[in-house]
Amino acid sequence: MSDKIRILLAKAGLDGHDRGIKVIAAAFRDAGFEVIYTGLRQTPEMIVDAALQEDVDAVGVSILSGAHMTLFPAIRKLMEERNCADMILFGGGIMSEDEITELGRKGVSKLYGPGTSTIEIVEYIKGAVAKKRAGEKLV
Amino acid sequence: MAEIRNQAEISEQAEALKKAYAEWKTAADATTNKNKKYVTVSSEQVDPLYTPADTKSIDFLRDIGFPGEYPYTRGVHPSMYRGKPWTMRQFSGMGTPEQTNERYHFLLSQGQHGLSVAFDLPTLMGYDSDHERSLGEVGKCGVAVDTLLDMEKIFKGIDLGKISTSMTINAPASVLLAMYIVVAEKQGVPAEKLRGTLQNDILKEYIAQKEWIYPPEPSVKLIVDTIEFGTKKMPLWNTISISGYHIREAGATAVQELAFTLADGFTYIEKSIERGLDVDEFAPRLSFFFNAHMDFFEEIAKYRAARRIYAKRMRYKYDAKSERSWMLRFHTQTAGCSLNAQQPELNLIRTAYEAMSAVLGGTQSLHTNSMDETLALPSDKAALLALRTQQVLAEETGVINTIDPLAGSYYVEAMTNRMEAECEAYFAEIDRRGGVMRCIEEGFLQREIAKAAYTYQREIDSKERIIVGVNGYVLENEQIDIPILKIDESVAELQRQSIKKAKSIRDQDKVTRTLNDLRQACRDNKNTMPFIIDCVRQYTTMGEICDAMKDVYGEYIEPPNL
Amino acid sequence: MSVFDDFVRRDKRALARIITHIENRRENYRQLLAAVSRLPHQGYRIGITGPPGSGKSTLVDALVLRYIQQGLRVGVIAIDPSSPFTGGALLGDRIRMQHLVNRDSVFIRSMASRGESGGLAAATRDVTKVLDAFGMDLIIIETVGIGQIELDIVEACDSVVVVLVPESGDMIQTMKAGLMEIADIFCVNKIDRPGADRLLSILNSMVHERQTASSVEIRAVGTNGMNGEGVDSLAEAIEKHRGVITTGGELERRRGSQLKAEIVHAVRDRVVRQLEETIDFDGQFEHVSRQLASGELDLYSAADMIYDRYFRK
Repeated sequence: MSDKIRILLAKAGLDGHDRGIKVIAAAFRDAGFEVIYTGLRQTPEMIVDAALQEDVDAVGVSILSGAHMTLFPAIRKLMEERNCADMILFGGGIMSEDEITELGRKGVSKLYGPGTSTIEIVEYIKGAVAKKRAGEKLV
Repeated sequence: MAEIRNQAEISEQAEALKKAYAEWKTAADATTNKNKKYVTVSSEQVDPLYTPADTKSIDFLRDIGFPGEYPYTRGVHPSMYRGKPWTMRQFSGMGTPEQTNERYHFLLSQGQHGLSVAFDLPTLMGYDSDHERSLGEVGKCGVAVDTLLDMEKIFKGIDLGKISTSMTINAPASVLLAMYIVVAEKQGVPAEKLRGTLQNDILKEYIAQKEWIYPPEPSVKLIVDTIEFGTKKMPLWNTISISGYHIREAGATAVQELAFTLADGFTYIEKSIERGLDVDEFAPRLSFFFNAHMDFFEEIAKYRAARRIYAKRMRYKYDAKSERSWMLRFHTQTAGCSLNAQQPELNLIRTAYEAMSAVLGGTQSLHTNSMDETLALPSDKAALLALRTQQVLAEETGVINTIDPLAGSYYVEAMTNRMEAECEAYFAEIDRRGGVMRCIEEGFLQREIAKAAYTYQREIDSKERIIVGVNGYVLENEQIDIPILKIDESVAELQRQSIKKAKSIRDQDKVTRTLNDLRQACRDNKNTMPFIIDCVRQYTTMGEICDAMKDVYGEYIEPPNL
Repeated sequence: MSVFDDFVRRDKRALARIITHIENRRENYRQLLAAVSRLPHQGYRIGITGPPGSGKSTLVDALVLRYIQQGLRVGVIAIDPSSPFTGGALLGDRIRMQHLVNRDSVFIRSMASRGESGGLAAATRDVTKVLDAFGMDLIIIETVGIGQIELDIVEACDSVVVVLVPESGDMIQTMKAGLMEIADIFCVNKIDRPGADRLLSILNSMVHERQTASSVEIRAVGTNGMNGEGVDSLAEAIEKHRGVITTGGELERRRGSQLKAEIVHAVRDRVVRQLEETIDFDGQFEHVSRQLASGELDLYSAADMIYDRYFRK
């Protein structure tokens, strides 16, 4: 049976601009995903703690405050420490090409800037999750 | 003007109009592209043509009238921009207080009229720069202010008796106002001479921008404290700027922006009246802050409707006697959410159209966004171009020559009426749900906005709505060569040192005492302003002051709103 | 079975993965469930249900915070509806449980209803067992609404709290019987709002009427989840209910009938599944359907024919 895709969405950093993350949450829901939204001002600890318990396929983080270079690597590092490295980490925010490259090197699978179509994001996650699940075995 | 005609003549004319309209419609339908949807930015249907039939309910003197006269549909001043141009006020602030001070001296030398301070997120949320939550955020979206020391640096060499300053700050607004008062006092300028505006609008934070500290009830109490203090001690200061800007940025439609903002404003007015203030004492100092989005006519109709709705309510519902209480004065900022990272130079064009709608809508002051704002904080060059956009508008286009030039346009008047009717429908719904505060708690307003934002995004995803450079006219392999201003991490270290310095020069006993007095004032439900002024004078930090108030008021957690 | 070993060592990541496996009915889930069920478990199950917007998550946040401060280990299952159109779901209960973040002794899992009534109740029961076997002292199941699915879910709980708000007054008049059947405790949340006293007194009189019919006392308490007012009384009411049903033998009776109901549910699920898959075993189903369509047969005669053929095959 094909399982539901489960996604955790969180706003990290202090900014409250949640328009984008709420739009993408609705788009994921309409694509048949189960979306766990943890709200604003989430610290890396809070995000990874929730992702671990919810056993999600992917973690999406929106940061529009300018703190992305600090927060994304911190989240990825915690995911690795907590045995959640198999989860896909993706995100959105305002960042330069150089920064996206650097964060990619640090384990962030995909970053989206303003103006990305939700269709593109949904398709990416579907593909990435299918790839991840292909190699998965529990017992 | 009004001719006396008999009933037969009028119906004869109406019949003729109907017939002519039908003939035209047949001709137009034959060549209309029916695959395209004709809707506003707010996804509202627009008719192909407007005629006198759409404005026949309008009574000129009752509904439109003259500028400077009730119901102010055409503007709040009799002479509008012939008397005084709008105030060009560019919002800025970044990095350290010293860098911000430097930018202000530059902008003032380039013909800007007033200052507008942007604070960084930790400051907006009441955290000190050395708080763990401030990690990575210090100086990023504005200037960091931890103690009075920072405010002294920001306004160094600027005579606070001569300029007007707008401060974009909400949850901890009273703390920043207190600091401004003390900086001025040290310059020898008394509070009653200070001119400026405090954003100080917490309700739209719960609805849209989400930068809150305390729960709604005590937060609104703090705002009424500043309104009361301002009314008594600072006659030239606008203690609140009731803001629709952020509501729109969060994805609201034009009508939602209008309705929710006005509903917020009426809530503050009701709370201030409950406090025992006379509406005519404080209402003339209230001001509003709207967004200028891309749909030119819809925006102009929004500003005109705003003035008319407000005047009616102030006069008849709140029983204000002074004409100055009836006038809705507002600041406008062009829509940040309409700007795009792709082909960013296009943002200059967008901003110019938006600015023109604000001016044709009769704004009192204007901020034009910089083209690089979706990428980073504005560079010097982008900031200057944004200011120049307004100067070209004022000096070269002729828009200031005549007042409210779109009045009488069948389309604009019909749209103004529609805005008013839809806004009243929202007021009724909000009342039915128990008022703005209850709607916030239940997430109703937030959900309405989220729905609108999703509709808009789906229109873009499906290409029903084309955004140039984003889902149409895309440049392949676009290289962005706009210089980007970056704030480096050393700002946080400098701020930490600044806090250390403040803590080393202050009298710790006085800090403790003034903080205890503040807590007690919160418990006793006294006006907190004098106590906060006492705290900042002792170089108490922002975080210490907000924490003291949190001890009494608690902290807010958002409703899920999904 | 390394994940299972990790589970036994109380590793939360292993717990989370086993829940996913069982929730999705993946291969071998039954063996896994059987292994989990053999582990010692003695958790107590509290169901919390009520209409949307009644503040259940905020109450759960406040309650669980109390419990962990007493040194207890708590598992929370928060259930929200799936969209009937897309099958997707937005699960936002965690937003209201900010006091429970980063706590060693708490595990929160959001579940979507996935639109299958019997299936959800079964999956919830299974996940409850997994949390129990993980060593949770309390398992709290929060679910929205008061419909049949929610009844099935909370049926599997030891104490059931029905959360209402002052505005629920009208609703309870029409749902009186159903509510009285499931509620062990009524909680009127948002007690600061007008109408709270009235609702509390209606509930108290309802509760009073029922008292004669049952040995277990039902209580109604008022709370304000936002500032924690009344949460102590709610916890006390739950504790009292637990005490009464534990000492009076009611808990064992309940669990006994719950187990029987579970077996019936499980058999029914299998029968229904099998029926759906093989109802046309001899090709008569299509034939009878056509006869029904043409009017040669009425519905109940058609059903009789299929039933007789199927169960005598």
